[in-house]
Amino acid sequence: MLEIKNITMAVDDHGENKEILKGINIKFEPGKLYGITGPNGGGKTSLAKVIMGIYKPTEGHIYFDGEDITDLSITERARRGIAYAFQQPPRFKGLTVQDLLKIAKPDIDNNLLRKTLRDVGLCPEDYLERDLDASLSGGEIKRIEIAQVLVRNAKLSIFDEPEAGVDLWTIQKLIHIIMSNYKNNDKAIAIIITHNENVLPVCDEIILIKDGVVAAEGRPDEIWPLICDDIECKKRQECRGEMIYEIK
Amino acid sequence: MKLNNLDFDVLNAVANLKNIPSGAVNIRKDGEAVVRSSSSNIKISSHPEHGGLVVEIKPGTKNETVHVPVILTKPGMRDKVYNTFIVGEDAEVTIIAGCGIHNTSHSDSRHDGIHEIIVKKGARLKYAEKHYGQGEGKGKRILNPSTIIRIEEGASAELEMVQIKGVDDTFRSTVAYIGEKGSLKIIERLLTHGKQRAESDINIYIEGKDGNAQILSRSVAKDSSEQVFKASLTGKTSCFGHVECDAIIMDNAKIKSIPALIAEDSDAVMTHEAAIGKIAGEQLIKLMSLGLTEEEAVETILNGFLR
Ligand SMILES: Nc1ncnc2c1ncn2[C@@H]1O[C@H](COP(=O)(O)OP(=O)(O)OP(=O)(O)O)[C@@H](O)[C@H]1O
Ligand SMILES: [Mg+2]
Repeated sequence: MLEIKNITMAVDDHGENKEILKGINIKFEPGKLYGITGPNGGGKTSLAKVIMGIYKPTEGHIYFDGEDITDLSITERARRGIAYAFQQPPRFKGLTVQDLLKIAKPDIDNNLLRKTLRDVGLCPEDYLERDLDASLSGGEIKRIEIAQVLVRNAKLSIFDEPEAGVDLWTIQKLIHIIMSNYKNNDKAIAIIITHNENVLPVCDEIILIKDGVVAAEGRPDEIWPLICDDIECKKRQECRGEMIYEIK
Repeated sequence: MKLNNLDFDVLNAVANLKNIPSGAVNIRKDGEAVVRSSSSNIKISSHPEHGGLVVEIKPGTKNETVHVPVILTKPGMRDKVYNTFIVGEDAEVTIIAGCGIHNTSHSDSRHDGIHEIIVKKGARLKYAEKHYGQGEGKGKRILNPSTIIRIEEGASAELEMVQIKGVDDTFRSTVAYIGEKGSLKIIERLLTHGKQRAESDINIYIEGKDGNAQILSRSVAKDSSEQVFKASLTGKTSCFGHVECDAIIMDNAKIKSIPALIAEDSDAVMTHEAAIGKIAGEQLIKLMSLGLTEEEAVETILNGFLR
């Protein structure tokens, strides 16, 4: 179980203290697949980074399997079973796809290496030896990032917009892989940060994050209408709003 | 003179040699050839005047390797040698050179190797030179290699020059002349740490039509070490040239990177890319999120970069 208790996080933005997360409380239970969604800049990635230990919260605590991990380093959290697939994975000169997968899972064998790549739609022959440098396309690097998290089989896996930049055909397959890995796994927690209307309905729970707070939380059938309304409503407001302002 | 375990440690570090290889070989230790043998296609002899090596590879020789490593183990040793390599027409060979110094004394050990390489018409050469130093004494380990290479019509050469550990001071000079449709690729890998200093000065002249040259340099400077990298490409005719120097800077190190392109013909196409920067924070974070410590993450990134 992962428990986020009253998490507040601020960054220094050109000398100004900018609050990004404002008192977040969420409980993530094993055996469930969570979808986190919400508008751009709402704080989804920041929350994922706080969980991974990349950002330090200014207030609040994080408990993982009963242990307070708030002060643990990234490395220590990784070793306790937290995995995070970056929204924007970095590139490396001189490290190959294979190297990175072996770092992610040191005891990986050849079969699993190849299977992992095939699962994310990459042909092992073409990719195992490829450098993780700028020569990989955006979608390719994204799939490798997902492969790394899948292969770790961690207690908690966070995927930050896994569908971004990935072609439609592969998205379906990716969703399927993530689902089959986590849907019936009663020990693991999976969190998918996404805007995808095919992914959200299959999650067990959806958390809507907006302006650094949890704006809504519940089953997809409860939350989905809210999101739809929100999107439509915003559009309506935008076009009417402009005219109203002009009249004023 | 026999080679002892320590000698093989150093030989292994510079030329991957655990024992004396078959085929053409010359091992120079403390200023003298201690092992020498020629093969039917590759003749190794001493120059009649200055005593340096003359390696002659017969035209058409295929898939042979010649090893010519140098080791210095005597404290305070100063060694200077002139070597000549002639790769015959249409030959395809690999030359493994390299120099290792073991110095535990307080006086400097120094090797100046001056190489002249001629790659004849249509030949293909791979040349690997690794530098390595070990020993705890205050005496410096100094290596100053100087290479002149001539690439004749349709010939090609790939030079791989690596210095990863233990050399305190190095000045490397490389000059190349490339003939018609000749091609040259220089790959440089360098790591300096402590108070080490390394300077590399490369001058390439593409003289023949449709000649081609590439310099790919990657280096890491740690602690308070200093590096200077100068690469100059001159295109005298229609040709293609590219210089790429990529450096990671750490701690209090200093790096100077000076690529130069000189085109003397309107059909010369030349480009360069130079970058100096720290290890990207995102890279460290990524590796740490896979369970590596920060130190392990740095090691992994540097090892990959210099591979
Ligand atoms: N290190 C930082 N320095 C300054 N501002 C930051 C930093 N990290 C995040 N922010 C800001 O915090 C806000 C939330 O960012 P975050 O990346 O968490 O959003 P998000 O919900 O993941 O958005 P998206 O859907 O676009 O990925 C944004 O306004 C962003 O600019
Ligand atoms: Mg985000």
